[in-house]
Amino acid sequence: MTASNPLAAQARWRPWEPVLWLAALATPWLFKEHALIINEVAIVALFAVSLDLILGYTGIVSLGHAAFLGFGAYSAALFAKHVMPDPLVGLLVGTVAGTLLGALFSLTILRGTDLTRIMVTLGLTLILFELANKLDWLTGGADGLQGVTIGPLLGRFEFDLYGQVAAWYSLVVLLLCFVLARRLVHSPFGATLKAVRDNRLRAMAIGIPVLSRLSVVYTLAAGMAGAAGALLAQTTGFASLDVFSIERSADVVMMLVIGGVGWLYGGVAGAVVFKLLHDVVAGITPQYWNFWVGLFLVVLVLVGRERLLKPWTWFSRKGAA
Amino acid sequence: MNTTVLKTEGLVKRFGGIAATQNVSLNVQQGARHALIGPNGAGKTTLINLLTGVLEPSAGRILLDGDDITTLAPHQRVRRGMVRTFQINQLFNSLTPQETLAMVVAQHLGLGGRWWQPLGRQPAVNERCDQLLEQFHLGDVRHVRTEHLAYGKRRLLEIAIALACEPRVLLLDEPVAGVPAGEREELLRTVAALPADVSVLLIEHDMDLVFEFARFITVLVNGAVLVEGTPEAIANDPQVKAVYLGHGEAIHG
Repeated sequence: MTASNPLAAQARWRPWEPVLWLAALATPWLFKEHALIINEVAIVALFAVSLDLILGYTGIVSLGHAAFLGFGAYSAALFAKHVMPDPLVGLLVGTVAGTLLGALFSLTILRGTDLTRIMVTLGLTLILFELANKLDWLTGGADGLQGVTIGPLLGRFEFDLYGQVAAWYSLVVLLLCFVLARRLVHSPFGATLKAVRDNRLRAMAIGIPVLSRLSVVYTLAAGMAGAAGALLAQTTGFASLDVFSIERSADVVMMLVIGGVGWLYGGVAGAVVFKLLHDVVAGITPQYWNFWVGLFLVVLVLVGRERLLKPWTWFSRKGAA
Repeated sequence: MNTTVLKTEGLVKRFGGIAATQNVSLNVQQGARHALIGPNGAGKTTLINLLTGVLEPSAGRILLDGDDITTLAPHQRVRRGMVRTFQINQLFNSLTPQETLAMVVAQHLGLGGRWWQPLGRQPAVNERCDQLLEQFHLGDVRHVRTEHLAYGKRRLLEIAIALACEPRVLLLDEPVAGVPAGEREELLRTVAALPADVSVLLIEHDMDLVFEFARFITVLVNGAVLVEGTPEAIANDPQVKAVYLGHGEAIHG
């Protein structure tokens, strides 16, 4: 009965999805020597998915999403250093820290234009960056927070040098958050977010409490970014100022643009492409990799992803395509 | 039988030195087909914005079913049944008509905060959504993204969205504005077939539509109510002729 309803059908898992995730979970085993980069990709993919919830689905432009990544990273690192080394409890601490900061910062994005939001989110991240820099008795300042030791996962699996356990850990957390986000965007709640994105005036005129929707989704995305931060600190055993850097915030926007906004797999795909591109290009020209990334981005945006992925349409006429 | 659903008492809105709304007291009855007319700049749009909560009045009160809603936020008024359509379509471009209406119905049924269940999994939502799609002749385009719809269809969706909120009072802001002649009939029939218990306040320039549709007319001039009455009374009112209808004759004459 409900099977015939295409709205409910949209939310159903496609056959390729479990295959994709199983393949992703197999990668640390298949490419053992690349487990470190797989771990890193999983973490930035989670970060990108969290940004997509606010940018792609709700239309909140942010150039300061690293605030939550960084806050989660430092919280988890400090917790491990001073309280207890258990990774799962630390992950929870990082997530909660990101969530609380998100709830607080959400007050700043409720009003104003896109430009206001870009500036406010950027400004808040700069403030956090300098705080982490200045409070060196707590954060280690510019040297970063060192001497973070993380206990074994579930009390059994030690984090190994290859990063296999780390990669599995990050992939599983990514998968769990992805499932949650996927539920959310297909739900009535998710539909009202898209309504707010498409037409805020009308969203208000049909009774959607727009401001509450904005702050709820912002808080939630911040919590997810906090989880990504916690994973980063735990799997590298380190938290440094770079987690709050503008590059972090800008990179994640780039990943979404590369993979496509308003589509959860866009964040994942963008993270994979961005990181691989980084790795490959940096291998060829370590100093000038930004040049190639920049060029790629310009071509992608001007030509369009669709067209770029379908070379056979390059020489056909516009009308035919 | 004549119960007042919407009532305004001495509504005033001043923008600096200009009074866009001057001491307007309206009574809209249950099931009314009430038209609000007036020349450009008469303050019709300001009045709608006051009623829906986009603007805050400088003075006066707004009562819906006897409850004072003057200070309620826009979305809270919608929940109480004060719903509007827009003169210029305000739609959700990336959603299809089905997604749009299911979303609006879910929100109206209080499911808008539900995140763990897919949209379209609630039988009540689907039923009402299908009913609206059929009523507004949107069944055949239910899966087309709104941005690709023909103008007439978008206009229908505009009104369908408002009706999905189960209004007590429906404010129709120039519903046929810009609709091509071929698609006009369908829209007019739909407007005529709106549920009888819904009070409709129609803001319109098109006098043919006003006199065909309305059973009661309020004439607004310079932000104040000039005169009110049945269509016959308004058509024969010398004041209205002079200020409003007569104005046109004077120009043409």
